[in-house]
Amino acid sequence: MDQFILQILNGLDKGSAYALIALGLTLIFGTLGVVNFAHGALFMLGAFCAVFFQRLISLSHVVLDETQKDFLGNPLKVNVPYINDWFGPERAATIIDWSVPLAIIFAIPVMILIGVLMERGLIKHFYNRPHADQILVTFGLAIVVQEVIKYYFGANQIPTPAPQALFGSFDFGALIGRDPGAIIYPYWRIIYFLFSALLIGMVFAFLRFTTFGMVVRAGMADRETVGLLGINIDRRFTIMFGVAAAVAGLAGVMYTPINSPNYHMGMDFLVISFVVVVVGGMGSLPGAVLAGFVLGILESFASMREVIELLPGINQIVIYLAAIIILLTRPRGLMGRKGMMEE
Amino acid sequence: MLGLNKKDARLLLIVAGMVLLAPILLNPFPEGSAMAQFNAGYPDLMQRFVIFGIFAIGFNILFGLTGYLSFGHAAFLGAGSYAGMWMLKLLSINVIPAIILSTVVAGIIALCIGWISLRRSGIYFSILTLAFAQMAFALAASVLTPITGGETGLQTNLNDPRIFPEFLGGGSSVDGNIPKPSLFGLEMTDSYELVLGSWEWTFNWGFYLSGLIMLCAFYVAIRIFRSPFGLMLKAVKSNQQRLNYTGLNTKPYMLACFVISGMYAGLAGGLMAAMDPQVGAERMQWTASGEVVLMTILGGAGTLIGPVLGAGLIKYFENIFSKINKATLEVWFGIFPDWMTDLLVTIVYPFIGKGWHLTLGLIFMAIVIFLPGGLVQGGQKLASFARRDRKGGGVEGPAADQRNTPAE
Repeated sequence: MDQFILQILNGLDKGSAYALIALGLTLIFGTLGVVNFAHGALFMLGAFCAVFFQRLISLSHVVLDETQKDFLGNPLKVNVPYINDWFGPERAATIIDWSVPLAIIFAIPVMILIGVLMERGLIKHFYNRPHADQILVTFGLAIVVQEVIKYYFGANQIPTPAPQALFGSFDFGALIGRDPGAIIYPYWRIIYFLFSALLIGMVFAFLRFTTFGMVVRAGMADRETVGLLGINIDRRFTIMFGVAAAVAGLAGVMYTPINSPNYHMGMDFLVISFVVVVVGGMGSLPGAVLAGFVLGILESFASMREVIELLPGINQIVIYLAAIIILLTRPRGLMGRKGMMEE
Repeated sequence: MLGLNKKDARLLLIVAGMVLLAPILLNPFPEGSAMAQFNAGYPDLMQRFVIFGIFAIGFNILFGLTGYLSFGHAAFLGAGSYAGMWMLKLLSINVIPAIILSTVVAGIIALCIGWISLRRSGIYFSILTLAFAQMAFALAASVLTPITGGETGLQTNLNDPRIFPEFLGGGSSVDGNIPKPSLFGLEMTDSYELVLGSWEWTFNWGFYLSGLIMLCAFYVAIRIFRSPFGLMLKAVKSNQQRLNYTGLNTKPYMLACFVISGMYAGLAGGLMAAMDPQVGAERMQWTASGEVVLMTILGGAGTLIGPVLGAGLIKYFENIFSKINKATLEVWFGIFPDWMTDLLVTIVYPFIGKGWHLTLGLIFMAIVIFLPGGLVQGGQKLASFARRDRKGGGVEGPAADQRNTPAE
């Protein structure tokens, strides 16, 4: 039983990442009808927003410290971050420690801007081309983005730790009346799950309860008619692309403490995210979220020792296996709508 | 000739001539000169040119003719490699059984994967093939370790249980060396070196065997493109629904096409194992599938010669372009004033050497955006442009016609 709960918890954080990326992919697909292979690159860009932000606030200048001597007896050179001068040393240290959560504020405008530029600059010209062309051009874009990041940040993983205060683990066992220590779970993963749940909720609320969201939903259902009503649907869809990019980017920012970012993390997630989207049903937002969590939990169950002993290697392939079975038995995915992508 | 029309026969002859003279054509710069690093005429790279050419030709039979974009072709390449390796290890060091078995095994796997994947089309097909290939990769790297060698991969060993050690001139391991793959005693790594003045040319057996097989594969591809079967596949690309409405079942055609395409990939994989007897699971990873997509699109999907060109170009980039470093650049730009040299090196450096992937990505995007027919279409456009110039705009009609249909 403890194992069971633990695996569900383990699946949640990976599932959250899948769900967030798949949500963005589906938003883009549902609004613009574009299959975006560069979405993993957006996730990766988000993660590197966190890295960049961390470096930005750690920018420092060299000061001669008279109180300390180096081994030659000269005054020691100390790097002092610029923010020390503005906020004082203690507060500056806290800010640097909390750089990952703070990077969210930095990442939102950057990612929206990147998304809008990408849509206006490139994707716009591909609405009327075949899906294969869209896949190919975004695939090329993903390679380019990846290489640019590799050039500036190097090919190695860059550690970006969570704030010190959130290093520990939470004892779930004690909370629900089990043995203490039986089910422990790192704080950061709880936060990641809560954060993505909040983000998903916000996206849905935005689409459901605002006029803007209503227009976008109408446009998803019938773009032409909305356009005929004199609404500039193209601009709204562009903004939705920006929102989708921001969702992927934020998923990346918050994922950095769980997995140190490197330049090809986007591609690793992209392949699975596409599987998630297809399992959930192309164009269905709740389907994408549901499938993300289901596949995440499925993956973590398959990694249990008992299961691996029974079916060796199942943890590696369970997601793909699930996708194949679902596509063959329910061609529209879990919650796919009729008429979406039925070529 | 051989059932080809004049144009195709000429194309085949040109390709044959290029393969025959490749060691000379690819080594245009004398040894020791500053440009010698652009020489691509060493055996290892030439083998890769033709082997990836086969792979891309096979992929093009599927994507170019039917428009089904498979993102899982590396699975067949890897399966072919593993099958070939086992033939080399168990049966004999002769490469012929290895190549035959690798093609057959890849064909069988393609039949199974195609049977399921072809139930869907469009993006779903791409993702199904991707899922299968990733599954194959994960299995090869973990559970199937007894067969695939897992993370370390497979290689030929001294104490491999070759049933016919001396069969058909296969090398023996008597002298204590690991026998090298050979064709009736001709070792694949053997080459004949010709030194002419300051030029050095290497004629390698392995390359000529791969080249010969590539020519056969190319010939078969031409025949498929020109056959009624190929016409049916083109019809699937232009409108599968209408084809279904006329009462035609397209599934068998598609499946046959998928299997043929997979067998080409298996053949390429088997040749790879035969030329360089080691194989690892990374050959099956989806980046390898992505690479063959890049090759085909770059050269021109749906054209005959395009994929071969694309494969050659990407492999050239990967092996030659990537070797240029900062020092080389500084020598090149040395003729300018110092500040300008620094500036030029700073601008150009990110795009070459280790950053060649960036250049590749940019070229690829440019091709998809501006030249959907690939380099071949670009060449045709240039040619028709030049022709129009000469004749004073007299051939507007055919030129406009060609723009929409990248000819084979």
